[in-house]
Amino acid sequence: MKLRYLPDVTTLELDAGKCNGCGICLLVCPHAVFVLENKKAEIVDRDACMECGACASNCPEEALMVRPGVGCACAVLNGALRGTEPTCDCGEDSTCCD
Amino acid sequence: MSDSKKHDAESGTPPCCQPIVQPTDQASGSAGPRSTSSPESPWITGKIRTAVGKIPVVDTELRFADRFGSWKARWGIRRMGYRIVPGLYATGRPTEKSPVFVTANYKMSFDRLRSQLGRIDSWILVLDTKGINVWCAAGKGTFGTDEIVRRVELHGLREIVEHRRLILPQLGAPGVAAHKVKELSGFRVVYGPVRARDIPAFLAAGRKATPEMRRVTFTFSERVVLIPVDLVGSAKYAFLAAACFLLLSGLGPGIYSLDRVAAYGIISAVFLLAAAVAGAILPAALLPWLPGRPFSLKGAWAGLIPLLGITWLALQHPEIFRNWPTFAAWFCFIPAVTSFMGMNFTGSSTYTSLSGVRKEMRIAIPLQIVGAVSGLGLWMTGLFV
Repeated sequence: MKLRYLPDVTTLELDAGKCNGCGICLLVCPHAVFVLENKKAEIVDRDACMECGACASNCPEEALMVRPGVGCACAVLNGALRGTEPTCDCGEDSTCCD
Repeated sequence: MSDSKKHDAESGTPPCCQPIVQPTDQASGSAGPRSTSSPESPWITGKIRTAVGKIPVVDTELRFADRFGSWKARWGIRRMGYRIVPGLYATGRPTEKSPVFVTANYKMSFDRLRSQLGRIDSWILVLDTKGINVWCAAGKGTFGTDEIVRRVELHGLREIVEHRRLILPQLGAPGVAAHKVKELSGFRVVYGPVRARDIPAFLAAGRKATPEMRRVTFTFSERVVLIPVDLVGSAKYAFLAAACFLLLSGLGPGIYSLDRVAAYGIISAVFLLAAAVAGAILPAALLPWLPGRPFSLKGAWAGLIPLLGITWLALQHPEIFRNWPTFAAWFCFIPAVTSFMGMNFTGSSTYTSLSGVRKEMRIAIPLQIVGAVSGLGLWMTGLFV
């Protein structure tokens, strides 16, 4: 059974004009968001994106943009309580990040 | 995330003027005093002589101590200290042509990798990820471009292998820019499969991973191994809340009554603990079958199971409930608790995005507060009427 999260939320953007068709985004994406079509990357499953940021950090042409982060409510709460960005550093007894 | 770079900078690197690293440097504490490995670690079976000194050779069979260590980490027992000394290791009898695998210094990550290298002579470059697994460390940036480039330099990898290729776990990619690693170190990054168990097939196919090997999954068995650490993590709060309910239940008309604690307090504490157990187990175990996509919703549904139990009890033994508000209270309180716990399971899942989590939290947290407060209000009302 394929698990799906909320639709229409990802911050992922692809600038097809910059894409050189190297295909590294297809290799690093853990959820098969991309395909290569006519030597250009294309987003085929946008809602599967979990914003890990692997595609954007590995894109040599900076054709991909995403606001990366961990999809972790605990991290969001931590950040909100400390007034920072979401952070996994919940201290020694943290139960996340495994 | 934000302080990941800072962490990188403060890692216990040997002084920069030191010559090319010797094996003893690996044990000189670069993982800090809590490190659990040393040159005497039982999984180090020998040394191999190289151009830059002796490199520890590691066992590719996991032993009881390794399995027990993983089990303890799964139960949250000194999990954050379950790390090995970063550095270069070997499996089999590697040569200058052997592949180089890169991993994190969380012992479970390292064990997963080495246990798949039984027939493969290789080098393993262990990064200092502060004892965090590959994917989470990549998210923080500690499994990242800078650390790879630094370690390639530090351990003299250029003199150990003649090729210029590093095999990284695919899940390390969020922290890495492959093209920058190449530019800064001369080594080309090859992304291996997501799961270490696919490494032999990946190598046999000429360092090619199938689409299945590149997909992250979240199967039943992958989910249930996460339950113990969530149980342990929530236990502290659950027992604290249960103690509060126990104490409060003595309140009521007239003086504080221990009879009321015995009659209603104990059962309330039990219900609360049941809710916590349900919240830790059910969202993980039943994830695909709980209706709705938001984890907070799935968690709320998970609360139905303890509620069914409570309803059954109420029908069999109505005397254990003081009155209807103390019964109804659980229908507000328990879904709020399990919803919150389900929502926190997003951090353990393999497919939730930050944007999605933020979106569901904006709706779920107010509802959870309403549920918890009204449940508590009903329960307290029940004590006095």
